[in-house]
Amino acid sequence: MKRMNIVITGHVDHGKSTLTGRLLADTGSLPEGKLEAVKAMCAGNSRPFEYAFLLDALADEQKQGITIDSARVFFKSLMREYIIIDAPGHIEFLKNMLSGASRASAAVLIIDAKEGIAENSKRHGLLLSLLGIRQVAVVVNKMDLVNYSRDVFEGICRDYGLFLAELGVQPQHFIPVAAREGVNLISNSVSTPWYTGKSVLEALDGFDDEQSLEDKPFSMSLQDVYKFTENNDERRIFAGTPSSGRISAGDRVDFLPSGKTSVISTVEGFNTEQRFSAGAGEAAGFTLETQVYVKPGEVMVKEGDESIKVSDRFRANIFWLGSRPFETGKEYKLKIGCAKVSGTIEKIEKLIDAQSLEKETDRKGIRRHEAATLLLKTSAPIAFDTFDANEPLGRFVIIDDYNIAGGGIILDALEKSSVKRIGVYSNQEIELNRFIRKHYPHWECRSIEE
Amino acid sequence: MDHLQKLEAHSVYILREAYREFKSLSMLWSIGKDSTVLLWLTRKAFFGHVPFPLIHIDTAYKVPEMITYRNELCLKYHINLIVGQNTEALANNETFLGGLDRLACCKRLKTEALVNTLSGAWERQRLDFETGALVPDKSREVFTGVIAGVRADEEGSRSKERVFSARDEKSEWDTASQPPELWNQYKTEFAPGTHVRIHPLLDWTELNIWEYIEREKIPVIPLYFNHGDGRRYRSLGCWPCTKPVESDARTVSEIIDELKSGKFRNIAERSGREQDKEGGGTLEALRKDGYM
Repeated sequence: MKRMNIVITGHVDHGKSTLTGRLLADTGSLPEGKLEAVKAMCAGNSRPFEYAFLLDALADEQKQGITIDSARVFFKSLMREYIIIDAPGHIEFLKNMLSGASRASAAVLIIDAKEGIAENSKRHGLLLSLLGIRQVAVVVNKMDLVNYSRDVFEGICRDYGLFLAELGVQPQHFIPVAAREGVNLISNSVSTPWYTGKSVLEALDGFDDEQSLEDKPFSMSLQDVYKFTENNDERRIFAGTPSSGRISAGDRVDFLPSGKTSVISTVEGFNTEQRFSAGAGEAAGFTLETQVYVKPGEVMVKEGDESIKVSDRFRANIFWLGSRPFETGKEYKLKIGCAKVSGTIEKIEKLIDAQSLEKETDRKGIRRHEAATLLLKTSAPIAFDTFDANEPLGRFVIIDDYNIAGGGIILDALEKSSVKRIGVYSNQEIELNRFIRKHYPHWECRSIEE
Repeated sequence: MDHLQKLEAHSVYILREAYREFKSLSMLWSIGKDSTVLLWLTRKAFFGHVPFPLIHIDTAYKVPEMITYRNELCLKYHINLIVGQNTEALANNETFLGGLDRLACCKRLKTEALVNTLSGAWERQRLDFETGALVPDKSREVFTGVIAGVRADEEGSRSKERVFSARDEKSEWDTASQPPELWNQYKTEFAPGTHVRIHPLLDWTELNIWEYIEREKIPVIPLYFNHGDGRRYRSLGCWPCTKPVESDARTVSEIIDELKSGKFRNIAERSGREQDKEGGGTLEALRKDGYM
């Protein structure tokens, strides 16, 4: 059975945990006795039963009636196995919401019919678009509190749909729901006779499975190189998870940005039949015909393939979670694929504001919970791709004070800034050097391009 | 790729990140099915090798077959095994059978033993490949990265765990301020004094574990199967607190049937564990102090 990760997001108290809890209960996904146990606990503490209590497992969450951290919840439909990520809506826990959402391939955005579109409804929509989540269903919850009014529902659909359209997000569904009452969760309800679209469960089942990047050119960020000596193991294994394409024994490969080349000798495995190729998404390992020295983080591609970019400058959309602002002029550590490199903001092009979507300029730093488009410069050239073309190689995180303080997606590569080599080596010399390194690797000729 | 291949690839990626980023890495091994799958995934990740030691916290109340199985397996595959124990609490009879409540016993025999074994503060033992016996471990290496086979579907506080979960100097887990994890980028940078729990199995369910055991033909301890008396263990722990369940399943595929459509389809896995039943939030409280 296929599996899909779905994130449930929206403003605090708009009913995310209730929707998830009720979905679990109505699909028979709860362990026996769980519902009764939580009901008994509520009765014992003289408080009304909430479906949310099925998920808010941390002691502080139950005390304060708020989701603090994302929970992974497992449930099955006839179609698929799901991990539902119930993300917190409170602004203070935005990093937890993002941690949950970044694992998802589709999202349910919840809006309270009575309260309407809140600040976080917009912020979450914006962040989903920055995370690259393209499959979205908008659920208008608590319809019972507005007497199942079609006008209220359609008003929210119109306003929120316009907002999402500006972000380039096209929701597949708008669904009127009363989560606590179970209205339109599993099947359509008589409470909303005017609604003929899908129920929440049908909408989930209708989402497309994640696309494999196997049809694209081969790329793999090198995770590590192993040489285990135990039991006289002579193999030197180049390990990583290909992000796109497929590679086979005998294929010639280049490493970027170093430009070193070799040939795939064997495809390694454990407890499996002998294999001759490996493709996108598999945790793989290879031995090479020549013993090149390359560092983790270099990207392996098929010889001569130019789809992966090499530069020290790129344009990106980022969101910031750090308690200190993301500042121009300060050096940060970036992680792209398995590469780590230091980088600075070259220019903040525009601030992306969730409320107005106005593009504020003239900023020197990005504050917590803000998003922006900016130019980044790294201390050395790195290999990457744009997010649109190759998601795993087109996204990165920014480290500040030991923590992941921000994340971003690469929009496009810019010209290399380091032109200092021009005038030192001619193009002919550079080409000759490349030729020698490619065809006579055993000469161990050093690259003159760095 | 099917869902098991995806789960496998993701877990292998996490194990390789841990190995690359931590100089002093170890893996907790409880001998149960999850940590045995974890051991198998480690051999997948490192092409047959297990490049870090396994740590077993022996409460002295494990089902005896578990200890025999543990030593045999490590000798067979030549895996470094370190064993830690709260010998003082055992000597003073400060256990559940000696009058402590279950949670206090867990804290003494598991949490304290684990924290002090990882830090090298207490004596440790290691398995000697020549004699097959446990001998004092001369090394007092501090393990700053610890891989554990925790699954999100086991229990509420585990459903909220990070893949790389930081603990402070006192091994405490601050649930309200966990660091973000974006996509497959994890927190691998640390202030001195922090140590980290690494959880490659968070996305696996109990059913996934058995499906994978079947596909890979992973040897598991026979206590999980019914040997004719209509009972088997579904979850393994200390014998005073973990009871076998009534079940006729004699093989891995019969266990899978039982979980998919049979009698355990809707019964929580840890329902045989007494320490989970002592009021809401207790396992979370234990885990905040450093329990697995």
